[in-house]
Amino acid sequence: MALAKLEQLSKSVVQGPSLATGAVPTKDWMDTPVIFKEGNFAYPAKKEKVEYLDSQEGLSFPNARIWSPDEDDWKLPEDWQETILKGLKERLDKFRSLKIFMDCCVRCGACADKCHFFLGTGDPKNMPVLRAELLRSVYRNDFTLAGKLFGKMAGGREMTVGVLKEWFMYSYQCTECRRCSVFCPYGIDTAEVTMMIRELLHTVGIGINWILEPASNSNRTGNHMGLQPHTFKDNVDFLAEDVENLTGVKINHSFNRKGAEVLFITPSADVFAEPGLYTAMGYLALFEQIGLDYTWSTYASEGGNFGLFTNNELMKKLNAKMYAEAKRLGVKYIIGGECGHMWRVVHQYMDTMNGPADFLEVPRSPITGTVFDNARSTKMIHISEFTADLIRHGKIKLDPSRNKNVRATYHDSCNPARAMGLLDEPRYILDHVVPEWFEMPENTIREQTFCCGSGTGLNTDEIMELRMRAGLPRANAVKHVIDKHDVNMLSCVCAIDRATLSSLMGYWNPGCDVCGVSELVGNALVMDNEKRAMGYDAEGNESELPDGFRTMV
Amino acid sequence: MKYAFSFLAVLALVLIAWLGSMIPGMQYLFGVAIPYLAILIFLGGFIYRVVQWAKSPVPFSIPTTCGQGKSLDFIKQDKLDCPTKTSEVVARMFLEIFAFRSLFRNTKSELHEGPKITYESSRWLWLAALLFHYSFLVIIIRHMRLFLNPVPQWLHFLDFLDAGAMLQVGAPLLYASDLAILAGVLFLFGRRLVNRNVRYISLANDYFPLFLIFAIASTGILMRYFLRTDIDIVNIKELLVGLVTFHPVINFKIGSIFYIHVFLVSALLIYFPFSKLMHMGGVFMSPTRNMANDSRAKRHINPWNDPSIKPHSYAGYEDEFREFMVDAGIPVEKELPPKKDEE
Amino acid sequence: MYNKGTIIPGLIIFVLFVTFPIWFNGLTTAGDLPKPELPPGGEKQCVNTAEYMRANHMQLLNEWRDNVLRDGNREILEIDGKKYPKGLQTACMSCHSQKEKFCDSCHTYAAVEPYCWDCHLTPKETASKEAIH
Repeated sequence: MALAKLEQLSKSVVQGPSLATGAVPTKDWMDTPVIFKEGNFAYPAKKEKVEYLDSQEGLSFPNARIWSPDEDDWKLPEDWQETILKGLKERLDKFRSLKIFMDCCVRCGACADKCHFFLGTGDPKNMPVLRAELLRSVYRNDFTLAGKLFGKMAGGREMTVGVLKEWFMYSYQCTECRRCSVFCPYGIDTAEVTMMIRELLHTVGIGINWILEPASNSNRTGNHMGLQPHTFKDNVDFLAEDVENLTGVKINHSFNRKGAEVLFITPSADVFAEPGLYTAMGYLALFEQIGLDYTWSTYASEGGNFGLFTNNELMKKLNAKMYAEAKRLGVKYIIGGECGHMWRVVHQYMDTMNGPADFLEVPRSPITGTVFDNARSTKMIHISEFTADLIRHGKIKLDPSRNKNVRATYHDSCNPARAMGLLDEPRYILDHVVPEWFEMPENTIREQTFCCGSGTGLNTDEIMELRMRAGLPRANAVKHVIDKHDVNMLSCVCAIDRATLSSLMGYWNPGCDVCGVSELVGNALVMDNEKRAMGYDAEGNESELPDGFRTMV
Repeated sequence: MKYAFSFLAVLALVLIAWLGSMIPGMQYLFGVAIPYLAILIFLGGFIYRVVQWAKSPVPFSIPTTCGQGKSLDFIKQDKLDCPTKTSEVVARMFLEIFAFRSLFRNTKSELHEGPKITYESSRWLWLAALLFHYSFLVIIIRHMRLFLNPVPQWLHFLDFLDAGAMLQVGAPLLYASDLAILAGVLFLFGRRLVNRNVRYISLANDYFPLFLIFAIASTGILMRYFLRTDIDIVNIKELLVGLVTFHPVINFKIGSIFYIHVFLVSALLIYFPFSKLMHMGGVFMSPTRNMANDSRAKRHINPWNDPSIKPHSYAGYEDEFREFMVDAGIPVEKELPPKKDEE
Repeated sequence: MYNKGTIIPGLIIFVLFVTFPIWFNGLTTAGDLPKPELPPGGEKQCVNTAEYMRANHMQLLNEWRDNVLRDGNREILEIDGKKYPKGLQTACMSCHSQKEKFCDSCHTYAAVEPYCWDCHLTPKETASKEAIH
C-alpha cells in the first residue's frame, strides 16, 4: 500500500473521524471487529523461519504454516482456544505483574492520550487501557469470580477468533515503550500486557516476519541482519578504513580475540546500514584514540534482541550469547553500544536470565580508573556511561567546532529512558561534542519521551502509514525545535531509532537527519597523529570536511 | 446504558434494604447478620486476593524509571523517580500511595491543524481523586466514634476539624468531608460521561462502585440531617458497639434509612475484593513502582528461570562457519579438518 | 508465596486497621450505656415525645435559636397548658437542670460536642456566678 501524501495524512490525523478528533464511535468496542487489509498489518512470519525457531532447543514456535491475516481462516490449531487459556493461566502464575495489571485498572483514562499510537491513529483500541482490556476482558471471563457470575455485564467476554485477531492487530500496534506506565497511578505497564499477548499468540502460531526472521538470523549467525562472520568482519573493516581515510589514523580492531580486556557488542544495524554506520565509525575512532584493549565478536555480533518482542524463552536464548562469548574469550567486562531495547534486556533481564556473570570483573575504565559500581553484577556498561566518564576526566580531546554544521536535538529512546534511567549521560556528552543543541518540549523528552513509532519489530515497510502516524508525536516535537532553533540533526542512542527516525524525519520533517551520539563524539574527537582529510568549505577555502564521517560513505 | 444498569443495581439494593428492614424481625438480618458476613467476606476476600497475587513471583526487575538513574558520580540521580535504595523506593511508594504522584503528572494532549500536538498539564483528575479518597478515609475514621466506647480524644479532635473547624452550619454540624466526597464522586462520575475517551472505556464495573458510594454518602447525609425519625444515635451506637464486641442487640426501633445505609456499606464491602477496588492493595504491589532500579548492580532472582535454555552454541556456530572464518582470518577454536565435517 | 517478608506484615497491618474497633474496645467490653438522669423535679411532660426528642432535639434547638436570635420571634410555645419560652436555659434546663447528668451523658457517649455551651450557662454555673457577684 502506497504511503499517503503528507498533506493527506496531516489532514486525516487532525480531521479524520476518530476518537482522538472527537468522533466517538457509536458501537461498543467489544462489538467492533477488526478488519485486516493490506497496509494495516505486518506480514506473518515465513513458514521456514518459524520451523527453524521451533526446532531450536528450549524454544516453542508451533503451527508453522503459510497464512495471511487478511484471510478469514488463520489456520489455527484445533485446540487453539484451550492453548490460549492454558497459556494465560500459566503466565498469570509466572508473572505477578500480569495479575496485578489485570486486576487493578480502574479505567481512569490517564493513559489514554499518552500513547503515540492513539494520538496518531485515533483508534480507541490504541488507548493503552483499551489495549489491556482486550486481554483483561478474557481474563475476567475465565479467571475471575465476577466474570464467571456476570459475564459481559462484568466486562468479560469469551475467547473467540475475533478476539484473537484483535489481539494480533493491537499487540502489534504497541511498541512496548512504557510511556503510559509513567502516568498510570498504579504503574500498569502496557508493555507487560503486550508482551504477554504476543507470547500467547506465538503459542498458536501467530507472529510477524519482521521479528521472527531477525530473531532466527540472530540465533544462527549471531546478528539480526544474518551477516555471516566474514561479512560482519568485512563490514567493520570497511568502516575502519573509512575512519582512517577521514582521520589519517589506522584503526586497530579485532574479532573474536581471546584475552582482550573488553568485549564490545552493538546492534548489527550499526555495521550494516546508514546512519548507524557513522555511529559505528564513532566507536572505532574513540576506542582507537584511547587505546582500548577490546574485541568485536562475530558470534555475539548483535546487541539487539528481537526475542524481547516474542517470548521470554527466545529473549533469554539470544541474550545468552553475550555472556557465553565473554566467558569464551576471557574478557573482563562488556561494553554495549547505543541501542534501546538491547539495553532494556541488558539492564533489566540479562543478569536474571543468564547470570551470574561471576567469570567477569566489575567494569573499570582502563583510562580513567572509574569503577562502574552501578553495573557491578551485570558487568556490562553503556557506551554513553563510558564516554561521559572519559570526557569528565578530560581523557579525550574534543573539538565541538568540527560539528559546527550540526544543530542537534536529542531523542530519548524509550527503553534507556523508562527502563534504565539513562537520561543525562548522553546529554553530558552532547554538551561537549556539539557547539549547541536544543531540547524538545518537556512533555516529549526524558521519561515522557515519545517512541519513534516503529519499535518492537514494527519497522517494516508494509505498515508505513501506521508507523508515520505513530511517530507523529515525536516528529511533531522535532518540528517544534526545527522551527524554533533551526535544528537539523536528531541525535539518539538507539539503533532502531536511527533507522526508523530517518524514515520518520524524511516524511514529516525533510531535511532533518538522524545520528547516534557516538557519531558526534567521533566527529569531534581530536586524535593523536591525525591527518584529517581536507575539502573545501562554502567559501571555497580549504578546510576540514564539514560533515565528518558522513562524507566517507 | 452501562450506567443505567449500575444505577438500577444500586437502586435495587436500596429497595431491598428499605422494604426488608420494615419486616418485623428482619432488623437482625440487616443490622447484624449481613454486616458480619460483609466484613468477613471483605477481610477474607482481600487477604485471599493479595495472597493469590503473592503466589506469582516477580520474575524480572521491571521498575519504570521516571528520572535519571544512579550511574556516574557526576551525574545527579533522581532518587525519587529512579530509586536504587530501599529507603528511596519507600519514599517513591509513599508519594505514589498518599499523594497519587503519577496522576499528578497527567497531561492533556490535543491535536491541532498542522498537524500539531500540544500537551498541557491536567490535574483535575488528580485533585478529584485526592478529594474523594481522603474524604472517604476521614469519614471512615470519623465513624469510629460509633464503634468505640469510650471515644478516644484524637477522634474528638478529628471530628472537630471536620465539622467544628468549618463554619458551624446546621445541627448536627455539617461535615466538610461529606461535601468533599459528594463533590469527588460527582466529578469522577461526570468525567466518565463528559470525557469521550473515558466514556468509551467505562464499564458497568466502573459506574457501579461510584453509584454505590454516592448512595452510601447520600444515605448517611440524609440520616444525619434530614430523615431523623427514629435515628437516635445512642441506640445506633449501642448496636454498633455491640457488633464489634460480639454482643449485638437491637433494643429500639431504628429508622429504615439506617438499615439502607448499613446494607449499602455491606454491599460495598462484599463487592470490594472481587472488583477493581482491589487497586487499594494492588498499588502496594505494582512491580513497576515498588522495585529499585538496581538490576545491573544486584542480581534479581527469577524462581522459574530455566537453566536448560542455552544459546545456540559457539561450537555449533563455528562448525557452520569455520571455513569462512578461517578464510577471513577470524580466530577459531578448532582448525579446519582435512575433510569438511557436516553437522 | 513470594515476598512473604513484606506481604505478610502488610496484611497483618491491614487486618489490624480493619479490626481496629474490635481490639481497641478490649475485645468484649461494650462499656456502659449512657443513663441520662430524668428531671430532678419529676416532670413528665416535654415539648414533644421522648422518641422525637432523642432523635431531633438538636434540630429543634437550632430552630429555636434561629427564631429567637435571628428572626426576633420570641413567641412562647404552649403545649398541654404548659408554657415554654423558646430557649435552652429558659425551657429545657428549667426541668433538665443538670447538664452533667443529662446532656453530657449521651453527648460524651456519642462523642458529640454541641456548641450550646459556648454561649449558654448551665444552672449550676449561673448559680456560682451569682454567688461571686
